[in-house]
Amino acid sequence: MVKTRFLAIFLLLLGFFAAYFDAATFLPDSLKGFSPEVPFRLGLDLQGGIHLVYRADTSVVGKDEINTSMSGLRDVIERRVNLFGVTEPIVQIQQQGGENRLIVELPGIKDISGAVALIGETPYLEFKTQRLQEESDAILADQKNGQRLYEDPYFIATQLTGRFLKKASLNFNQTTFEPEISLEFTSEGGDLFAKITKENVGKPLAIYLDGAPISVPNVREEITGGHAQITGHFTSEESKTLVQRLNSGALPIPIELISQQSVGASLGEEVLHKSVYAGVIGFLAVALFLLFWYRFIGVAAVLALAIYASVVLMFFKIIPVTLSAAGIAGFILSVGVAVDANILIFDRIKEELRGGKNLGSAIPEGFARAWTSIRDSNISTLITAIILFWFGTSIVKGFALTLGTGILISLFSSYTVTRTFLAAVNLKGEGKLSKILLGIK
Amino acid sequence: MIKHRKIFYIISGILVAISLAAFIIWGLNLAIDFTGGSLLEVEYLPAGEASEQVRPSVEIVKEAVGGLGLGNISVQPFGEKGLLLRTRDLTEEEHQVLLQSLGDATQKRFDSIGPIIGQELARKAWTAIFLVILMIVIFIAWAFRKAGRPVASWKYGVIAVVALVHDVTIPTGVFAALGHFYHVEVDILFVTALLTILGFSVHDTIVVFDRIRENLKKGIGNSFEDGIERSLGQVIGRSIKTSLAILLVLASLFFFGGEATRYFSLTLILGIIFGTYSSLFLASPLLVTWYNWQQKNGKV
Repeated sequence: MVKTRFLAIFLLLLGFFAAYFDAATFLPDSLKGFSPEVPFRLGLDLQGGIHLVYRADTSVVGKDEINTSMSGLRDVIERRVNLFGVTEPIVQIQQQGGENRLIVELPGIKDISGAVALIGETPYLEFKTQRLQEESDAILADQKNGQRLYEDPYFIATQLTGRFLKKASLNFNQTTFEPEISLEFTSEGGDLFAKITKENVGKPLAIYLDGAPISVPNVREEITGGHAQITGHFTSEESKTLVQRLNSGALPIPIELISQQSVGASLGEEVLHKSVYAGVIGFLAVALFLLFWYRFIGVAAVLALAIYASVVLMFFKIIPVTLSAAGIAGFILSVGVAVDANILIFDRIKEELRGGKNLGSAIPEGFARAWTSIRDSNISTLITAIILFWFGTSIVKGFALTLGTGILISLFSSYTVTRTFLAAVNLKGEGKLSKILLGIK
Repeated sequence: MIKHRKIFYIISGILVAISLAAFIIWGLNLAIDFTGGSLLEVEYLPAGEASEQVRPSVEIVKEAVGGLGLGNISVQPFGEKGLLLRTRDLTEEEHQVLLQSLGDATQKRFDSIGPIIGQELARKAWTAIFLVILMIVIFIAWAFRKAGRPVASWKYGVIAVVALVHDVTIPTGVFAALGHFYHVEVDILFVTALLTILGFSVHDTIVVFDRIRENLKKGIGNSFEDGIERSLGQVIGRSIKTSLAILLVLASLFFFGGEATRYFSLTLILGIIFGTYSSLFLASPLLVTWYNWQQKNGKV
């Protein structure tokens, strides 16, 4: 008995500290006390931001180089993303259905279209050599017939691309005073460049940026040492940004934006407020419902439910679970499911009482008999949650995770916690008293 | 209740038939999640203190965006100050062009999903649906593994599956109608809700069947039909109460939770209501019908 009461007090304290920890973020400084301040992690739909999916065209690199190119790509994009100064940006590689993708998430960013433009700007540098005359003619002829439209009739890509670039810098030509861009290749790139220039002496070598030729100089001699100059007709402003872009990362492989989702910060805030509001109302409604139907033992269930909610929210903070609107919906739903077990138990207790048992034996009996139903009935929802978590997209995952963990924790809270509270109070009353307490006519 | 089972069969039959018809005739209005495309939500905020309506009419907006060469654009008012535009999937440049053509609108949300991502999501959704159904059927087989008399265990399982089909068909039909009349779209959250309904529906049916089997084992009731009738009397209260508790939270989500999860909660609400109804008034009476049919055939 003493042990049970001790446990009950411990559970109440646990609930209290969990609730305090949950609320600390929203309390004024004077009330924060000793609680560590850990914020909830909010999804993009709640704090605003963008989610971008890029497809990387890995056909330009060899099979065995895909992984290194992709991580190179990630590093470059990461560098660009860091310019925005958002907290916790995500840049990750995803392999999906034979495609290599890059997922970029910028939570809380204000200038959404600016960000998309800056990331999407792909200074993809290529060096191309001239095609043979026959090939050019053949492609041009085909293009007249509407075929091979996407092939460049005049130039053919070489292996040398921006990923062999070490550094770009801006110079001014000594005689013309026009801006020039100097490129410095990596040693591998320098070798390639030497080989290409050697094979193409007297022929044009086209330099393409983002798929468009920016300069087509003629090769006079083999260039070794890994340095090259681009002279185009740039203004100094243009060449300055170009150099910046090349340095912040010429993308090792070209990328294409295939999906974007962006949510304004104000909309996110609105959704968050509404979700929280709905959660509070839902919780109160369920609590009233329990008190109305079950009176005294309902109080135990409401306490258990409050402990449940606080503990789950604490887990969300600590793990941390990224909360989206759907995730909060999953949690709210789990509050409804959590009382499910209590209802099964309490109805069983009432039934045992009607069958002539006294409270002291009806309560343990009710708990014991309701257990199989509770277990079986929650398994099916758990199965669904697990599969949804496994296969879902991020929205669905958020829902499945909060619902699934919610159900698991609620099994514990509605069963063990409620039982501990009822045992701690040690109801033995018979007849009238217990009927009034439980609301049985 | 069992006595009037024919009425329940007729009600369920009609509802399922209407739902199927709605689904077949109108189909579902698929969101860009599955089809690919773009969705732009903007808001027109009044300048200064005037609270006048500054949102241009749908016709004006349609005219403004019609000439952009972005294909077919659907324009819908959204809330009090907002507009919702749906287009094919746009590149970032096209997105900016569209946004500029809308004048003083502030972008609240922009989703653009390429067709590949859409197809992928559709495929994933089908895989999830298939797996959930498979696992639930396996679970039902496990839950009803113990031999039952006078009706074999597997028959409980079959009836549970019938109730399941009933419970997801009706919300689907409702959304086919909502899509047809109010342009409500079916997105990935709808599929999630349907799968969640599967879980709940089985859950509810199991609670009822558990009690029936327990009572039949104890020999409660003068006849099979009476035993089931009494079992129903015992569980109906708590079955409705557990559903009410879940409906309470879903209703607060529906009314106060905002647009993001409104139709999601509506799908769940429909599923819970029909799921509870079907475990009490469809699944249990079906046991009796099957039993009677079995008796008749056995005698012949």
